[in-house]
Amino acid sequence: MTVLGVLVAQNIAFGVIAAIMVFAALRLVTTRNVVHAALFLVVVLGGVAGLFLLMGAEFVGITQILVYIGAVVVLFLFGIMLTRTRIGDEEGTDHPKRLPAVLAAALVATITIYAVVTGFGDVELPADTRTTTAEVADSIFSTYIIPFEAVSVLLLAALIGAIAIARRD
Amino acid sequence: MLLNQFLILSAVLFAIGVYGVLARRNGVLVLMSIELILNVAFGSYVSSISGEVFALFIITVAAAEVGVGLAILLLLYRNRQSVDLSEADLMKG
Repeated sequence: MTVLGVLVAQNIAFGVIAAIMVFAALRLVTTRNVVHAALFLVVVLGGVAGLFLLMGAEFVGITQILVYIGAVVVLFLFGIMLTRTRIGDEEGTDHPKRLPAVLAAALVATITIYAVVTGFGDVELPADTRTTTAEVADSIFSTYIIPFEAVSVLLLAALIGAIAIARRD
Repeated sequence: MLLNQFLILSAVLFAIGVYGVLARRNGVLVLMSIELILNVAFGSYVSSISGEVFALFIITVAAAEVGVGLAILLLLYRNRQSVDLSEADLMKG
Protein backbone atom coordinates (compact mmCIF):
# COMPACT_ATOMS: atom_id res chain seq x y z
CA MET A 1 0.00 0.00 0.00
CA THR A 2 1.14 3.55 -0.60
CA VAL A 3 1.86 5.90 2.27
CA LEU A 4 -1.32 7.82 1.48
CA GLY A 5 -3.33 4.59 1.50
CA VAL A 6 -1.99 3.70 4.94
CA LEU A 7 -2.85 7.16 6.24
CA VAL A 8 -6.42 6.95 4.95
CA ALA A 9 -6.82 3.48 6.45
CA GLN A 10 -5.44 4.71 9.78
CA ASN A 11 -7.87 7.61 9.82
CA ILE A 12 -10.85 5.40 9.05
CA ALA A 13 -9.82 2.95 11.77
CA PHE A 14 -9.40 5.83 14.21
CA GLY A 15 -12.85 7.16 13.40
CA VAL A 16 -14.53 3.79 13.87
CA ILE A 17 -12.75 3.08 17.17
CA ALA A 18 -13.40 6.62 18.47
CA ALA A 19 -17.13 6.39 17.67
CA ILE A 20 -17.42 3.01 19.41
CA MET A 21 -15.52 4.32 22.45
CA VAL A 22 -17.64 7.45 22.86
CA PHE A 23 -20.86 5.45 22.50
CA ALA A 24 -19.72 2.84 25.02
CA ALA A 25 -18.55 5.53 27.47
CA LEU A 26 -21.92 7.28 27.27
CA ARG A 27 -23.74 4.01 27.93
CA LEU A 28 -21.30 3.27 30.76
CA VAL A 29 -22.31 6.41 32.65
CA THR A 30 -26.03 6.17 31.89
CA THR A 31 -27.01 2.49 32.07
CA ARG A 32 -28.91 1.34 35.16
CA ASN A 33 -27.59 -2.20 34.92
CA VAL A 34 -24.30 -2.48 36.82
CA VAL A 35 -23.09 -5.60 34.98
CA HIS A 36 -23.78 -3.93 31.63
CA ALA A 37 -21.73 -0.95 32.84
CA ALA A 38 -18.78 -3.29 33.49
CA LEU A 39 -19.14 -4.74 29.99
CA PHE A 40 -19.26 -1.26 28.43
CA LEU A 41 -16.08 -0.50 30.38
CA VAL A 42 -14.52 -3.49 28.59
CA VAL A 43 -15.47 -1.94 25.24
CA VAL A 44 -13.92 1.44 26.12
CA LEU A 45 -10.72 -0.14 27.43
CA GLY A 46 -10.53 -2.39 24.39
CA GLY A 47 -10.88 0.70 22.22
CA VAL A 48 -7.91 2.29 24.01
CA ALA A 49 -5.87 -0.87 23.36
CA GLY A 50 -6.95 -0.70 19.71
CA LEU A 51 -5.72 2.90 19.48
CA PHE A 52 -2.35 1.92 20.94
CA LEU A 53 -2.03 -0.90 18.42
CA LEU A 54 -3.10 1.46 15.63
CA MET A 55 -0.25 3.75 16.57
CA GLY A 56 2.21 0.86 16.61
CA ALA A 57 2.70 0.82 20.38
CA GLU A 58 2.38 -2.93 20.60
CA PHE A 59 3.72 -3.42 24.14
CA VAL A 60 1.41 -0.84 25.73
CA GLY A 61 -1.55 -2.16 23.73
CA ILE A 62 -1.05 -5.73 24.89
CA THR A 63 -0.40 -4.61 28.48
CA GLN A 64 -3.63 -2.65 28.35
CA ILE A 65 -5.56 -5.77 27.35
CA LEU A 66 -3.83 -7.94 29.96
CA VAL A 67 -4.13 -5.55 32.90
CA TYR A 68 -7.50 -3.97 32.23
CA ILE A 69 -9.61 -6.49 30.42
CA GLY A 70 -7.87 -9.40 32.11
CA ALA A 71 -7.62 -8.15 35.67
CA VAL A 72 -9.41 -4.89 36.43
CA VAL A 73 -12.74 -5.84 34.89
CA VAL A 74 -12.71 -9.20 36.68
CA LEU A 75 -12.02 -7.26 39.89
CA PHE A 76 -15.05 -5.08 39.14
CA LEU A 77 -17.25 -8.12 38.55
CA PHE A 78 -16.09 -9.50 41.91
CA GLY A 79 -16.88 -6.14 43.47
CA ILE A 80 -20.38 -6.23 41.98
CA MET A 81 -20.99 -9.73 43.30
CA LEU A 82 -19.50 -9.18 46.76
CA THR A 83 -21.51 -6.01 47.33
CA ARG A 84 -24.62 -7.90 46.17
CA THR A 85 -25.60 -5.25 43.74
CA ARG A 86 -28.69 -6.55 41.99
CA ILE A 87 -28.00 -8.16 38.63
CA GLY A 88 -30.33 -6.40 36.26
CA ASP A 89 -31.78 -2.93 36.22
CA GLU A 90 -31.61 -1.18 39.52
CA GLU A 91 -33.14 1.84 41.16
CA GLY A 92 -31.01 4.52 42.74
CA THR A 93 -27.87 4.19 40.64
CA ASP A 94 -28.01 7.87 39.77
CA HIS A 95 -28.57 11.09 41.65
CA PRO A 96 -32.07 12.47 41.08
CA LYS A 97 -30.61 15.81 39.99
CA ARG A 98 -28.18 15.41 37.12
CA LEU A 99 -28.09 18.90 35.62
CA PRO A 100 -25.10 20.12 37.73
CA ALA A 101 -23.12 17.05 36.67
CA VAL A 102 -23.94 17.68 33.00
CA LEU A 103 -22.89 21.32 33.36
CA ALA A 104 -19.61 20.42 35.09
CA ALA A 105 -18.78 17.81 32.44
CA ALA A 106 -19.61 20.24 29.62
CA LEU A 107 -17.39 22.87 31.23
CA VAL A 108 -14.49 20.41 31.55
CA ALA A 109 -14.92 19.32 27.92
CA THR A 110 -15.08 22.91 26.64
CA ILE A 111 -11.99 24.05 28.53
CA THR A 112 -9.81 21.04 27.66
CA ILE A 113 -10.84 20.99 23.98
CA TYR A 114 -10.24 24.73 23.71
CA ALA A 115 -6.83 24.28 25.35
CA VAL A 116 -5.67 21.48 23.05
CA VAL A 117 -7.02 23.15 19.91
CA THR A 118 -5.25 26.43 20.63
CA GLY A 119 -2.18 24.65 21.97
CA PHE A 120 -1.57 22.07 19.26
CA GLY A 121 -3.50 23.46 16.29
CA ASP A 122 -2.73 21.15 13.40
CA VAL A 123 0.43 19.40 14.58
CA GLU A 124 0.88 16.30 12.41
CA LEU A 125 2.04 13.02 13.86
CA PRO A 126 4.96 11.46 12.00
CA ALA A 127 3.91 9.02 9.29
CA ASP A 128 5.61 6.08 10.98
CA THR A 129 4.98 5.99 14.72
CA ARG A 130 5.96 2.39 15.34
CA THR A 131 8.15 1.65 18.35
CA THR A 132 9.62 -1.64 19.48
CA THR A 133 9.28 -3.24 22.90
CA ALA A 134 13.09 -3.16 23.24
CA GLU A 135 13.10 0.64 23.00
CA VAL A 136 10.39 0.89 25.69
CA ALA A 137 12.34 -1.46 27.96
CA ASP A 138 15.55 0.53 27.41
CA SER A 139 13.76 3.71 28.39
CA ILE A 140 12.11 2.23 31.49
CA PHE A 141 15.35 0.76 32.79
CA SER A 142 17.53 3.80 32.12
CA THR A 143 15.78 7.19 32.02
CA TYR A 144 12.76 6.19 34.09
CA ILE A 145 14.34 3.75 36.52
CA ILE A 146 13.47 5.77 39.63
CA PRO A 147 9.78 6.29 38.71
CA PHE A 148 9.69 2.59 37.83
CA GLU A 149 10.92 1.60 41.29
CA ALA A 150 8.51 4.07 42.89
CA VAL A 151 5.61 2.50 41.00
CA SER A 152 6.72 -0.95 42.14
CA VAL A 153 6.65 0.17 45.78
CA LEU A 154 3.27 1.84 45.17
CA LEU A 155 1.83 -1.42 43.86
CA LEU A 156 3.14 -3.31 46.88
CA ALA A 157 1.74 -0.67 49.24
CA ALA A 158 -1.65 -0.76 47.48
CA LEU A 159 -1.72 -4.56 47.69
CA ILE A 160 -0.98 -4.58 51.42
CA GLY A 161 -3.36 -1.69 51.98
CA ALA A 162 -6.20 -3.41 50.17
CA ILE A 163 -5.73 -6.59 52.22
CA ALA A 164 -5.49 -4.63 55.46
CA ILE A 165 -8.67 -2.68 54.70
CA ALA A 166 -10.80 -5.57 53.49
CA ARG A 167 -9.85 -8.34 55.87
CA ARG A 168 -12.29 -9.37 58.54
CA ASP A 169 -11.13 -9.35 62.14
CA MET B 1 -2.93 11.86 11.44
CA LEU B 2 -3.32 14.90 13.60
CA LEU B 3 -2.19 14.94 17.19
CA ASN B 4 -5.43 16.71 18.08
CA GLN B 5 -7.57 13.76 17.02
CA PHE B 6 -6.26 11.82 19.99
CA LEU B 7 -6.28 14.72 22.44
CA ILE B 8 -9.86 15.72 21.64
CA LEU B 9 -11.07 12.12 21.95
CA SER B 10 -9.31 11.98 25.33
CA ALA B 11 -10.95 15.23 26.42
CA VAL B 12 -14.43 14.01 25.43
CA LEU B 13 -14.01 10.69 27.26
CA PHE B 14 -12.58 12.51 30.29
CA ALA B 15 -15.66 14.74 30.44
CA ILE B 16 -17.95 11.72 30.17
CA GLY B 17 -16.06 10.18 33.09
CA VAL B 18 -16.45 13.38 35.13
CA TYR B 19 -20.20 13.23 34.52
CA GLY B 20 -20.20 9.61 35.68
CA VAL B 21 -18.38 10.41 38.91
CA LEU B 22 -20.73 13.28 39.73
CA ALA B 23 -24.03 11.72 38.69
CA ARG B 24 -23.68 8.16 39.99
CA ARG B 25 -24.62 7.05 43.50
CA ASN B 26 -23.60 3.40 43.36
CA GLY B 27 -19.98 3.19 44.53
CA VAL B 28 -18.99 0.52 42.01
CA LEU B 29 -20.25 2.69 39.15
CA VAL B 30 -18.33 5.71 40.50
CA LEU B 31 -15.15 3.60 40.55
CA MET B 32 -15.80 2.54 36.96
CA SER B 33 -16.09 6.18 35.91
CA ILE B 34 -12.81 6.95 37.70
CA GLU B 35 -11.21 4.09 35.75
CA LEU B 36 -12.53 5.67 32.55
CA ILE B 37 -11.00 9.03 33.51
CA LEU B 38 -7.62 7.50 34.31
CA ASN B 39 -7.63 5.46 31.16
CA VAL B 40 -8.11 8.29 28.72
CA ALA B 41 -4.57 9.24 29.63
CA PHE B 42 -3.70 7.48 26.37
CA GLY B 43 -3.69 11.07 25.15
CA SER B 44 -0.36 11.34 26.95
CA TYR B 45 1.01 8.89 24.42
CA VAL B 46 2.26 11.09 21.62
CA SER B 47 4.08 8.49 19.56
CA SER B 48 7.23 8.85 21.61
CA ILE B 49 8.95 6.43 23.94
CA SER B 50 8.42 8.67 26.97
CA GLY B 51 4.71 8.80 26.23
CA GLU B 52 4.55 5.01 26.15
CA VAL B 53 6.38 4.73 29.47
CA PHE B 54 3.97 7.17 31.08
CA ALA B 55 1.00 5.27 29.66
CA LEU B 56 2.41 2.14 31.33
CA PHE B 57 2.84 3.97 34.65
CA ILE B 58 -0.75 5.20 34.47
CA ILE B 59 -2.00 1.65 33.83
CA THR B 60 -0.13 0.52 36.95
CA VAL B 61 -1.38 3.34 39.15
CA ALA B 62 -4.95 2.84 37.96
CA ALA B 63 -4.75 -0.87 38.81
CA ALA B 64 -3.49 -0.04 42.31
CA GLU B 65 -6.24 2.54 42.71
CA VAL B 66 -9.04 0.17 41.78
CA GLY B 67 -7.72 -2.47 44.19
CA VAL B 68 -7.78 -0.10 47.15
CA GLY B 69 -11.08 1.45 46.01
CA LEU B 70 -12.87 -1.88 45.88
CA ALA B 71 -11.45 -2.82 49.30
CA ILE B 72 -12.92 0.39 50.72
CA LEU B 73 -16.27 -0.35 49.06
CA LEU B 74 -16.30 -3.87 50.53
CA LEU B 75 -15.70 -2.41 53.98
CA LEU B 76 -18.46 0.13 53.41
CA TYR B 77 -20.81 -2.63 52.31
CA ARG B 78 -19.93 -4.78 55.30
CA ASN B 79 -20.67 -1.96 57.72
CA ARG B 80 -23.77 -0.50 56.08
CA GLN B 81 -25.14 -3.23 53.77
CA SER B 82 -25.19 -0.72 50.94
CA VAL B 83 -22.77 0.90 48.50
CA ASP B 84 -24.99 3.93 48.01
CA LEU B 85 -22.55 6.80 48.39
CA SER B 86 -25.21 9.32 49.38
CA GLU B 87 -25.81 7.25 52.51
CA ALA B 88 -22.14 7.41 53.49
CA ASP B 89 -22.46 10.85 55.05
CA LEU B 90 -20.81 10.35 58.43
CA MET B 91 -18.23 13.06 57.76
CA LYS B 92 -20.72 15.48 56.24
CA GLY B 93 -20.85 18.72 58.20
